[in-house]
Amino acid sequence: MIFSAISPLFSGHQTPLSPVGPQARHIEHNLLLIFSITSIVYVIVIAALTYGVFRNRAREGFVPHTLVEDPEIDRKATLAVGAALGLTIILLLVMMISSFYTSHSTAVLAQAQAIKIDVYGHQWWWEVEYPIDEQPYRMVRTANEIHVPLGAVVTVHATSRDVIHSFWAPNIHGKKDLVPGYQNDLTLQVDEAGTWRGQCAEFCGLQHAHMAFDIVAQSREDFDRWYQQQLSPAPEPASSQEAHGREVFLTHACVMCHTIRGTTASATVGPDLTHLASRSMIAAGTLKNTRGNLAGWISNAQSIKPGVRMPPNPMPASDLNDLLAYLETLR
Amino acid sequence: MSEQRAVLNDQTFSIVDEAERARHLERIWAEPKGFIGWFKAVHHTTIGKRYMVTAFVFFLAAGLLAGVMRLQLAFPEAHIIGPDLYNQIFTMHGTVMMFLFAVPMMFEALSVYFVPLMVGTRNIAFPRLNAFSYYLFLFGGLMLFAFFFVNSGPDRGWFAYVPLSGPDYGPGKRADIWAQLITFTEVSALAVAVEVIVTVFKLRAPGMSLNRIPIFVWGQVVVSFMVIFAMPGVVVASTMLLLDRTAATQFYNPAVGGDVLLYQHLFWWFGHPEVYIIFLPGTAIVSTIVATFSRRHVFGYMALVLSLIATGFIAFGLWVHHMFATGIPQMSEAFFTAASMMIAIPAGTQIFCWLTTVVTGKPVLKTPMWWVLGFFFVFTIGGMTGIFVASVPVDLQVHDTYFVVAHFHYVLIGGAVFPLFGAFAYWFPKITGRMLSERIGMWSFWLFTIGFNITFFPMHILGLRGMPRRVYTYPADAGWTVLNQIQSAGYLFLFAGVSLFLWNVWQSLRHGEISSPNPWQAGGLEWATDSPPRPYNFLNLPTVNGGEALWDALPDQPVLTGLHEDVREIVTTRIHDAEPDGRDEMPEPTIWPFITAVVTTALFIGSIFRPIAVSIGAVPLAIALIGWFWPTREESERRKRRDIWQKS
Repeated sequence: MIFSAISPLFSGHQTPLSPVGPQARHIEHNLLLIFSITSIVYVIVIAALTYGVFRNRAREGFVPHTLVEDPEIDRKATLAVGAALGLTIILLLVMMISSFYTSHSTAVLAQAQAIKIDVYGHQWWWEVEYPIDEQPYRMVRTANEIHVPLGAVVTVHATSRDVIHSFWAPNIHGKKDLVPGYQNDLTLQVDEAGTWRGQCAEFCGLQHAHMAFDIVAQSREDFDRWYQQQLSPAPEPASSQEAHGREVFLTHACVMCHTIRGTTASATVGPDLTHLASRSMIAAGTLKNTRGNLAGWISNAQSIKPGVRMPPNPMPASDLNDLLAYLETLR
Repeated sequence: MSEQRAVLNDQTFSIVDEAERARHLERIWAEPKGFIGWFKAVHHTTIGKRYMVTAFVFFLAAGLLAGVMRLQLAFPEAHIIGPDLYNQIFTMHGTVMMFLFAVPMMFEALSVYFVPLMVGTRNIAFPRLNAFSYYLFLFGGLMLFAFFFVNSGPDRGWFAYVPLSGPDYGPGKRADIWAQLITFTEVSALAVAVEVIVTVFKLRAPGMSLNRIPIFVWGQVVVSFMVIFAMPGVVVASTMLLLDRTAATQFYNPAVGGDVLLYQHLFWWFGHPEVYIIFLPGTAIVSTIVATFSRRHVFGYMALVLSLIATGFIAFGLWVHHMFATGIPQMSEAFFTAASMMIAIPAGTQIFCWLTTVVTGKPVLKTPMWWVLGFFFVFTIGGMTGIFVASVPVDLQVHDTYFVVAHFHYVLIGGAVFPLFGAFAYWFPKITGRMLSERIGMWSFWLFTIGFNITFFPMHILGLRGMPRRVYTYPADAGWTVLNQIQSAGYLFLFAGVSLFLWNVWQSLRHGEISSPNPWQAGGLEWATDSPPRPYNFLNLPTVNGGEALWDALPDQPVLTGLHEDVREIVTTRIHDAEPDGRDEMPEPTIWPFITAVVTTALFIGSIFRPIAVSIGAVPLAIALIGWFWPTREESERRKRRDIWQKS
């Protein structure tokens, strides 16, 4: 009852208490069990204390000389304390077994049929790869947006390209650190269509606050369509403006860090931009992917996300316009 | 040795004799005067007061830094301070609170001041080492703030994980400064740990057998052992970090076979016991205050002592619960879940024993007792949320979110700061000779308690709504704004509460009611002497007949005589039954610990910039130590003549 009363407090797209997958749901049950037990114990302890203090308190305004001690009462109290301690141990066991059970439940999804996704943490964005066919030429590489089919088991292989990050989409599962030198696996499943936000949960430097990602859960057909789309290289420019925009991209600093498949840009320092326009956010969940935001980001990313690796790119307005026109074709 | 054994003597002295002896002892034990004298002081009450004031100033500084963070977080996507300054500030806040306030205050300051008084001796063991430890602590803190003010404050978090703090991702000197601050504080904590253990094991008043040691003293002994076992972990971690950064070792570089998780294991091997190092003294304060103000011996003395010791042991089996998300195998995670929940058993035992003491006693509601009641209310919430983070699956959701921020502020402020303010109210008359104002004290208690809960309770909700820690800002549409603003408003109450406390201290120091030696009618030995204590602590060294020395004293409780009073002579006793087994001389005041600390500081700071500073600095350090330990013929011959403990 209490939970249904307070649960609206915890709704949202980045909260552990409105789960959309089996793991987060198991964890929520575990959490609510511990919450219930500890709350009740807390209320009892505080009530006993309050009662004891206010029933017995001294009325004098000073500390009296005399002591109050009664061996008979102490003997009874020993029994009471022993009983309370026994109860504590039993409750701890209950919560411990519930935790073990939950740990087990979150780890037993059938992994044989799982879709594999590789996630690499960077300062301060997420590189995502889909080695579905395990063939390099059919590799989808994107950034900060992870598409998964509804109800499918997905295994995320996670590691870091630089410092430690932590992959955390609370509606779906608990967090998993991305540790350089280690590969950690996280199995998950999303049962509700929608966009679920995740965020880096391990302090990773200046822009730790702006290192988010989206998990987009969609029907199998939509996912397949998205996947096929992502496999294709960037389209050829359809107008002279777009062609000039590509020219701008390839002759400015952009090409030093980014890839656009189908062009000569193939650097891997920053996110792959082949399908930039298909993504809903830019700068690792910092800004909505609109023309204005993109223009501001390209011109001076440092004013939006101070410390980000992307340098300012001063250029004439016409060049910027054409570049934006080109980038908007990268669906 | 037998003919040299100090004798128990219940002869009464005439008043004239007493006054004469008091004058004489005063001269023998007096601290040196003047400006230079300040640096020579070695008495534990002098050093203890300095520890308290210094650590409290660091507490205020770190609290002000918290205010800057609350200002920045009051508005989404705010640009009041940038990420660079924010990261320095949250790192400074954590580092200063943990290393320059919590441990030095709860452990060093309180034990240095009170343990010798509570065990009934005239000074702490190794008083010169004690002075040295204080200066090192002070210089470490000053160094940290000096670098912070020139924009070189550490910015990698108080835990400074590699590789973020390593040579590749932590440019400048910021991480080195952090690592070296750790060196300063660990050396001073280790020194005090040794002093406390020796003081308690060898210098207790006759009759204070193991089962009569005050619980506060037991707490500090357990903490001392924890310091000795925990600090090496962080010594190794921070030294290897410093070597990676300054001497191009590769301990933590995965590219050449180093390991970044090694750092976390070493750090949390220290870092988790650290939490208990901070709040075990708090619980020991609670045991003391609860007994005094419930007007009875604390219920379950043996259970409380065993709980302290058990906590000390179990504390070393929990470190991995800070690392559940790093990909530890499930089997070992289960072990650490079980160990983490097990800590609730001794914690629960303590809570139940205090509860019983209060319920079966006759509670007198003075400010120290109110702070203890606040402790119950707050700390128990922290204990309960501790079970959330002990459970692996739940921890995976709440780890590194504001839920954890709420949890450890409830544990540390609840478990250490509430008892600490209680301790100030309780022992202020002993330290200063004047009472704190009850009226202002109640105001500051309520402001602090209300402010604390407004500031930190919403953090539980915020964490469960998905807000991670250590972010300098957050999106406007995340639904976190209102809660953050409530928290920032709560800070104002906390600020007012602490300010009022300072005002209370200021006023009471000048106009407070003069205190009698034992204003609370308490049972501990520290109340058996003047307020404030004379430099010789006790005119007649006491003996003990029960757990609360004054309450259990016989009508004709004997005192100890037979010590030479022409030098700083003290009696040593056996570990288990505190029977006298010898005498020792306490050293005189000297400038050498100060000089040694200055030299050590130069060495430590120099090594941040050039590793060779360690070798170069060793020379003046050796000279300073030779000066420190230079024996005098007079003392050696006197010791031989009197057949007392030799410096072997």
